[in-house]
Parts: sequence; structure tokens; C-alpha cells
Amino acid sequence: MNWIWFHKLGSSPHAYTLARRLTPWVAWPAALLIAAGFYGGLVLAPADYQQRDAFRIVYVHAPSAWMSLMVYTAMAMSAAVGLIWRIKVAHAVAASCAPIGASFTVAALVTGSLWGRPMWGTYWEWDPRLTSELILLFLYLGYMALRSSIDDLTRADRASAVLAIVGLVNVPIIHYSVEWWNSLHQTATVMKIAKPAMPASMLLPLLMVLLGFTLLFLALLFTRVRGEILRRERTAHWIREALLT
Amino acid sequence: MMEFFSMDGYAAYVWPSYAITLGIIVLNIVWARRSLRRARDDARRRLSIAEPER
Repeated sequence: MNWIWFHKLGSSPHAYTLARRLTPWVAWPAALLIAAGFYGGLVLAPADYQQRDAFRIVYVHAPSAWMSLMVYTAMAMSAAVGLIWRIKVAHAVAASCAPIGASFTVAALVTGSLWGRPMWGTYWEWDPRLTSELILLFLYLGYMALRSSIDDLTRADRASAVLAIVGLVNVPIIHYSVEWWNSLHQTATVMKIAKPAMPASMLLPLLMVLLGFTLLFLALLFTRVRGEILRRERTAHWIREALLT
Repeated sequence: MMEFFSMDGYAAYVWPSYAITLGIIVLNIVWARRSLRRARDDARRRLSIAEPER
């Protein structure tokens, strides 16, 4: 197997330039997919036979929840790569993920609460799914607090990587919480092996927003990671060229 | 049209959900760009200190 691409990704100037070039290629499709998905979800999709128009919250809630888990997984995995192979770019990726993931965890919790009020009759319940998602928010916040409490970037990278990796155990707990315990929360609709339990007119907008959010994450990550790479390079000569572009 | 905005009586839950999510998307874009700009400014400052002749 050819490992050159892996070494290239680990080199700061290469990763910086690649991130800069790729940003518009993910940002614009993200904007289009999210706009089209919201339109499809709010206007074109039929009302649910039980939840009526309240079900339309799914188009913001499920993609936000997906982001909260996907970004955490990406963060923990790149932190592990950084810790094991001592790759600065991997640590830069992990550090970039945290604020993005934390903010979408807030979005998932708030939109879930706005959905729960009319459907379950309560904004909040200490339910396995809701509680484990709240713990995810605390993991993100703890990760960011730990980072900002250590001045030396290399030490901050290593210490926070350990926290991110340990916290990864929470991700499958969130995902399977609705199956392992009795939960108010409904079980998986899309992310399951059998056929999704939704007609295409409801499902397609959801898939568009899910893909749109994933591309949005990449666009945000590519922007943030450039800053994080610059912070980790002290006086490298390539920075001068990078700053001119 | 009014029917669309009333969301069958769930307007008070549907619209704030979309508003908050869109707000978080916009904030993320602003924060990411600001974070990059600050890192670039810091890097510029470091370079000018390291090589004062430039």
C-alpha cells in the first residue's frame, strides 16, 4: 500500500493548502443541500399522520444530533492519531472539531426539547437518550476547558486527546440508548439496517440536510484547522507564503 | 400561506427550532472565520518579530 498520501496529509504546509483549496468545494454544496432540504422538509413533505406538522422539527433535530456524534467521533479519532503517531496536523483537526461539535450538541438538545414539549408534554426528562446527549455536551465543554487551561500547545494537545478518547465510549451509549433502555425517545428511523421507516418525500429532504450538515462540518473544519496549523508552527518559512494567499 | 406559518398549531415549536439551528450555523461560520483570522494575525506578528527587517 502506498502511504505517501498519509505522510502528505501529516505535513503542515500540504494540509494547510489542501484545506484552503477544498473549502469552497464543500461550502457551496453544503449551502445548497441545506436550503433545498429545509424547503423540502417544511413545504414539500406531507404532514405526519400522528405528529402532524410538529414532525418537521426532525429536519433540524436529527442532522444536529448526527453532527454531535459524528464530530465527536472525528475528534477522538484524530486525537488518537495525533497521540500515537505524534502528528501535529491530527491534533489541529481534533482541536478544530470541539467548538463545532459542542454547538451542534446544543442545537440537538434545544430542538429536541422543543419537539418533546408538544409530543411528550415536557421540555426535559432524565431519559437515557437525553441524559447521554447532555453528557456529550459536557465532554465537549470539558475538552475545551482543559485545552484552554494549558498554555503549552503540545501539552494541551496530549492531555485533551486522552480526554477525547476516553469520552468516545459515550457515543455508542447515545446511539443504542433507545434500544438498551426504555426511553421516551423514538428508535432509529433512518440509521438502521432495514428499510428506513419513512416515505421518500419525507426521507429525501432529511438525507439532503444530513449530507449538507456533514459538508458544512468539513467546510468549518477546513477553515478552523488552518488557524490551528498556524498556531502550531512557530517560525516555519512556509508560513510567509501561506499568509500571502 | 397562513396555514403554512401556523404549522397546524405547532408554530411555537417548529419555527424556533429552525431559527436556533440556523443561528448556530451562522455563528459557526463567523467563529470559524474569526479563529482563522486571529491565527493569521498572530502568525504575522510572530514573523515580524522573528525577522524585523521585513
